[in-house]
Amino acid sequence: MGELRLMKGNEALGEAAIRAGLQGYFGYPITPQSEVIEYLAQQEPKHNYVLIQAESELAAVNMMYGAGGAGARVLTTTSSPGFSLMQEGISYIASAEIPCLFCNVVRGGPGLGTIQPSQSDYFQSTKGGGHGDYHTIVLAPNSVQEMVDFVYLGFELADKYRTPVTILTDGAIGQMMEKVELPDPIEYKPDKPWATTGKTKDRERNILTSLYIQSEDMEKKNQVLQKKYDQIKKNEVRFDEYKIKDADIIIVSFGLTSRVTRKTVDMGRKKGMKVGLFRPQTLWPFPWEKLEQYAEEDRIKFFISVEMNAGQMVEDVKLAVCGKKPVHFYGRMGGIVPAHDEIYNHIQKLSEKE
Amino acid sequence: MKKGYKLIYQRPKTLTDTRINYCPGCFHTTMHKLLMEVVDEMGIQEKTVGVCPVGCSVFAYNYMNVDMQEAAHGRAAAVATGIKRMLPDRYVFSYQGDGDLAAIGTAETLHACNRGENFTFIFINNGIYGMTGGQMAPTTLEGQKTTTSPYGRDVEKIGMPLKMAEIVSQFDRVAYVERVSCNTPANSRKAKKALRNALEYQGKKLGTTFIEVASNCPSGWKMTPEESLKWLEDKVFPYYPLKVFKKPDKKEV
Repeated sequence: MGELRLMKGNEALGEAAIRAGLQGYFGYPITPQSEVIEYLAQQEPKHNYVLIQAESELAAVNMMYGAGGAGARVLTTTSSPGFSLMQEGISYIASAEIPCLFCNVVRGGPGLGTIQPSQSDYFQSTKGGGHGDYHTIVLAPNSVQEMVDFVYLGFELADKYRTPVTILTDGAIGQMMEKVELPDPIEYKPDKPWATTGKTKDRERNILTSLYIQSEDMEKKNQVLQKKYDQIKKNEVRFDEYKIKDADIIIVSFGLTSRVTRKTVDMGRKKGMKVGLFRPQTLWPFPWEKLEQYAEEDRIKFFISVEMNAGQMVEDVKLAVCGKKPVHFYGRMGGIVPAHDEIYNHIQKLSEKE
Repeated sequence: MKKGYKLIYQRPKTLTDTRINYCPGCFHTTMHKLLMEVVDEMGIQEKTVGVCPVGCSVFAYNYMNVDMQEAAHGRAAAVATGIKRMLPDRYVFSYQGDGDLAAIGTAETLHACNRGENFTFIFINNGIYGMTGGQMAPTTLEGQKTTTSPYGRDVEKIGMPLKMAEIVSQFDRVAYVERVSCNTPANSRKAKKALRNALEYQGKKLGTTFIEVASNCPSGWKMTPEESLKWLEDKVFPYYPLKVFKKPDKKEV
């Protein structure tokens, strides 16, 4: 058993990164995630990683490109407006196939928005975000424990597929304190023959680029990326379920909202409502197939996607369900967390109508 | 080699044997060669990592036979920072044009210099956006005509051309700043010496080294290569003087 501590989500994420062999952190302060860089700055003298407070998120993401390209295990964390600024760099990183771990501690938007928790960056994170055809793997923790676990997982997946990975969390999980079990530190020994570490005599020079000026070459590069994404879709779908076996109503929610809807499920069950919870842990790849299976089961009356936004993940739920069952949506915006009973009441009304 | 012939000149081994895409008369070709000669002569090919920009030299990695990363437009200084911090014993350079280093990437350039990042900037200042077809650059001279300043650069509207070597030499943690050119064989030799100095200072971890090259662009300037050399002498050097702006103390060296 690892070490038990009571920690804030943001700090736990920083501690997990250190234990997972962090070699470079590049970031710019922004609420509600500045505790990550503060924590890593405090811990820096005890460890070997490089930490730079960059002049902007643009600089930070490009330091990630350089350092990740040099073969290092690298992390940056930010919140929504900062994540928007990083999108250019993430597009380049995806194309140059550099392993990098990002964490977006989402706050309400659009624009400068609010500093309260939100899930309104779902589209940006899961559909690419920057220019061109690409995806990042998106992990959605719903606890401080998963903030830790997904750092290890995120680094591993980034290396395995040479791809950017995003931990998509929110201001509440970043700020709240919970008991957390910290895994043992690992000694990170990367094997990255593609990294730009200096051309030795036994190999050709390594070039990391996203430029393919001939259309045929650019299409080939895209095919390589798409093949990789197919592998990721096949191998890396992750989800969690709660009281779903006999449910006739399925709530779909991720991250913070899934903690609230779990309580909605308990409340519903007490009142005789057969409701269950489906929680995607990977938002990309989304568990389309599993939801499709449920949609084909006779007992299921309808799905409802509950999110802290105007309805984003619901589009993936609809894609999965493909018209086989009704798909509803309930959401709050602007940094408001819905309460479990308001969700229950909404579902209650829906089930009377269905 | 045939009997009786003596080898007096050859392409540096770290320059690839490939067709170059630069226009005839352009200084990029010369600067690539000089830089790779220095890498050859210092014997540091295995320890060198370069960063190319967006601009005419976007394909520099096709010509330089060292590990390289292609950066987003303007972000070469940040990319080089990331590489150098992870690999402090390697020789890292960013090779950038004026749009890249002094317009879209000004923040990254100045902050890397202010931190004293221990890599070498090679800044090709030709006063124009060559790759996109000859638009005005942050370093286009007052009154100089480009496709986006067809009546000449109006400094009332757009300000004076930026003097990057002068600006970055103000930073405490910048070790070495020199503006060179390669319009004559003598100046090319000075440029090569400057590159060598910069990489040697980098090897001694003295701080940021910054070589600005007062360069030409015959195609963008709508001149013959010969006319472009005259323009350099008449117009460019008076505003962008060739000199050492800052160098390390003798004790450090």
